[in-house]
Amino acid sequence: MKDTRTEARPIISLEGVEKYYGDYHALRGISAGIRQGEFFSLLGPSGCGKTTLLRTIAGFEDLSAGRLFIDGQDMAGVPANRRPTNMVFQSYAIFPHLSVAENVGFGLRRSGLSRADKAAKVEVALAMVGLAGFGGRAAHALSGGQRQRVALARALILEPKVLLLDEPLSALDKKMRDQMQVELRRLQRQVGITFILVTHDQEEALIMSDRIAVMFEGRIAQLDTPQMLYRRPVTRQVGEFIGVMNFLPARATVTDETHIEVDVAGLGRAVIGPDQLPGGWHPGQTQSVGIRPETMSILFPGETTDRRVATGVVEDLAYYGDMTYYEVRLEGVERPMTISMKNLVGRPVLERGTEARVAWDARSLVLFA
Amino acid sequence: MKRPLRVYAILYLCFLYAPIALLPVFAFNDGTVIAFPLKGFTWDWFRQLAGIPALHAAVLNSLKIAVISAILATCLGVLAARAATRFAFPGKKGVMGLIMLPLVLPEIIVAVSLLVVLLQLGLSLGAWTVILGHVLIATPFAIAILNSAFQGLDRSLEEVAVDLGETKWSSFRLVTLPLVMPGIISSLLIAFTISLDEFIIAFFLTGTEPTLPVYLWGQMRFPQRLPVIMALGTILVLASVLLLAIAEYARRRGAARTGQKEAGGFL
Amino acid sequence: MSDGNRGPGFGRSEAAQGYLLVATPLAYALLLLAAPLGAILLFSFWSQDYLTIDTTLTLKNYREALSDPLYRQLLLRSLLISAAVTAATVLAAFPIAYYVSFHVAPSRKAMWIFLITIPFWTSYLIRVFLWKVILGYNGVFNTTLLGLGIIDEPLTFILYNANAVVITLAHAYAPFAILPIFVALEKIDRSLHEASQDLGEGYLSTFWRVTLPLAMPGVVAAVLIVFIPTIGDYVTPVLVGGPDGRMIANMIQTQFLRLNNAPMGAALAVLTMAMVTVVALVFVFLNRRYLRGRE
Repeated sequence: MKDTRTEARPIISLEGVEKYYGDYHALRGISAGIRQGEFFSLLGPSGCGKTTLLRTIAGFEDLSAGRLFIDGQDMAGVPANRRPTNMVFQSYAIFPHLSVAENVGFGLRRSGLSRADKAAKVEVALAMVGLAGFGGRAAHALSGGQRQRVALARALILEPKVLLLDEPLSALDKKMRDQMQVELRRLQRQVGITFILVTHDQEEALIMSDRIAVMFEGRIAQLDTPQMLYRRPVTRQVGEFIGVMNFLPARATVTDETHIEVDVAGLGRAVIGPDQLPGGWHPGQTQSVGIRPETMSILFPGETTDRRVATGVVEDLAYYGDMTYYEVRLEGVERPMTISMKNLVGRPVLERGTEARVAWDARSLVLFA
Repeated sequence: MKRPLRVYAILYLCFLYAPIALLPVFAFNDGTVIAFPLKGFTWDWFRQLAGIPALHAAVLNSLKIAVISAILATCLGVLAARAATRFAFPGKKGVMGLIMLPLVLPEIIVAVSLLVVLLQLGLSLGAWTVILGHVLIATPFAIAILNSAFQGLDRSLEEVAVDLGETKWSSFRLVTLPLVMPGIISSLLIAFTISLDEFIIAFFLTGTEPTLPVYLWGQMRFPQRLPVIMALGTILVLASVLLLAIAEYARRRGAARTGQKEAGGFL
Repeated sequence: MSDGNRGPGFGRSEAAQGYLLVATPLAYALLLLAAPLGAILLFSFWSQDYLTIDTTLTLKNYREALSDPLYRQLLLRSLLISAAVTAATVLAAFPIAYYVSFHVAPSRKAMWIFLITIPFWTSYLIRVFLWKVILGYNGVFNTTLLGLGIIDEPLTFILYNANAVVITLAHAYAPFAILPIFVALEKIDRSLHEASQDLGEGYLSTFWRVTLPLAMPGVVAAVLIVFIPTIGDYVTPVLVGGPDGRMIANMIQTQFLRLNNAPMGAALAVLTMAMVTVVALVFVFLNRRYLRGRE
């Protein structure tokens, strides 16, 4: 948990935020700090509250309890149109009856700038999102990707302190999405303000974010960097949600403070460090251990290793060209493990039914409750 | 299957238009009896139209009533449609049901009940009583049209306007209103047409100044007036068709401007 | 999918805003619709003698309406005429709605619907009047047939009776019936027809088993849209109905404006509304049964 930035006051501070819709408890005690200049994501399945939280920050929902500070200022009683935030909506919400330039310049109406100044700003904003010269086009005639850029330009032209994005890429096709992921990241670094992105796509969050808050059922399960979320998820739920994770039953015994021994079904005994058991350890109880597919490898015939080796059989495989995903059933374990292998030169793709020797590393285990 | 159906469809259209097609035929016919064979061409009947002050008064009265009714019905329609499409409130179904009730009531019932109440209140009948009745029956149509106009609106559009600094009212003015404008124009035209053509409520609630349909009604019992009525009818039909064509054109223009898809006309 | 329900986000309760907006139209409807209808209901239980109204509650008007053959006949005739008009209109409308929906290119559908609805936008009074002119003794229809030698004497059974009323109303309300059926047919997924034929059904049986049931909501709507206004029609019976073609609306008007018997008129009006409600409920119930069968 290294953090090289100085611990400045966060740009957004949530303290005990609660939100009820009638009886429905949408947000349960959310507390977090979002830093100035970071690309922050709210990640979670549908219904977890991430969009509600975003809209609360934007000012479209009131808090039932708790406090929200933006740049040190309490936002209680401050309506959406006066907050230093701007939002890119999921549907982009481009005004169909206006031109692109009129859309982008919409928020400048009350700024008191002269016509010429406004036009100049619009040009700059359009150039920033790669739509230079599009000003005269009718807004309703744009493609999905272009609309999104217009929505971005429209929000950024007002120089908000925080830009909020509600699932901005979900309506785009795969290729466009990949492209925009890179674009958004570049844009954020160029503009330098805080971006808060809501998404249900964990890949997207991992690729773009400095830090991610994983949410389930109205709570933040873990707030961390992508690396930490992936390597050291604090609960099984988080581990399962981000990427693929294998789970094996295990029992833990403590040798001393810094060495915890676990007995993992199918793999055997291993020693793990204190950072590898977020779920704590409960002597005598069966817990589960998580292990990522790429942290194990199947040794091909003749290959040796000084890692631990377990034995099993290849049950199934899926060939992706650059990678192959194997389903390997380890001895003594019912459910097969997913193991991913790069298809290197000289390494054959194994067939179903082949015996597999699986090399694994104790450092990649995570013990859950 | 297509062939016989097509024939049927054409015959059906002929049946629909046949009576109306007779209007210009006999409006220009030089004969006082509306029957074949035709006698000759004449502009007489149209000329006579120009010289009937009672007719002109009735036309003006009808126009006045129709314009006011259309505006009022559309205003009420905008309020109700926006409430219905944007907000949930208890009893909504009942409230909207009541407001839309005139659609499923025979007009005679509406006319008679209004008459009873107005007489009981001692109010004198006149243009305003007719307007009251026309607004009552036109508003449900306005709501039906405006409902679909409001529903077609992306809700985020208003939110985004607020997010960008506008107030609720200015966001309505700058974003919602322009986008709903085709619906508003449709509603105005339809309410106008309904009022202009409406007979029974006007018949019951009009005072000494008749509306055009009421005037027509009075003339229909005089055989010598028949050809003049034909001429008047021709003009009315042409005017209706023109109005409708303009409305359709405006609707298409508006939809194209905002990029909406065609959906089969007024429906 | 969004998280939870969305509030309006502007700080005030959604219901309050809704009420505020709908307050004006609601007040208008309450004052000018609910209250007068209530007054009519009340009136129907009173009685009137020339110009004085006796406000003691009584069922006298209803008894008279239901027992006096004059009123009974009128009510019954109105019902029958409406039923005939509805049947004729809806049956005639279905094929053309089907044609436009299934056999017309999508780009021309709007044009067809436009053409079909134009007559509807012209003056109703004029259209009824035209039928009077067409069906008369010396009218267009007769003089044409005479001129062509098809008949020797003008037909008299086509005007000033119930037949004329049915013909005129069927013509006037034709577009009303076409539109709801058309809309319902448009909503049918075209691949259902292909699936049905793939499973062995012919054209006609596909229609009977697939198209018609799915179009039923539209048919029911058409029935109601035609039936309800026609039963209360005033103009047509007067212009083309003759003494045998009078309907209940004419009697209501007579009671109110000529006989000065508002309570009687009110009772007749209530009875008419009751008939309308019963028929509407029957059809709505039938409609629900169809829909439930589909789910």
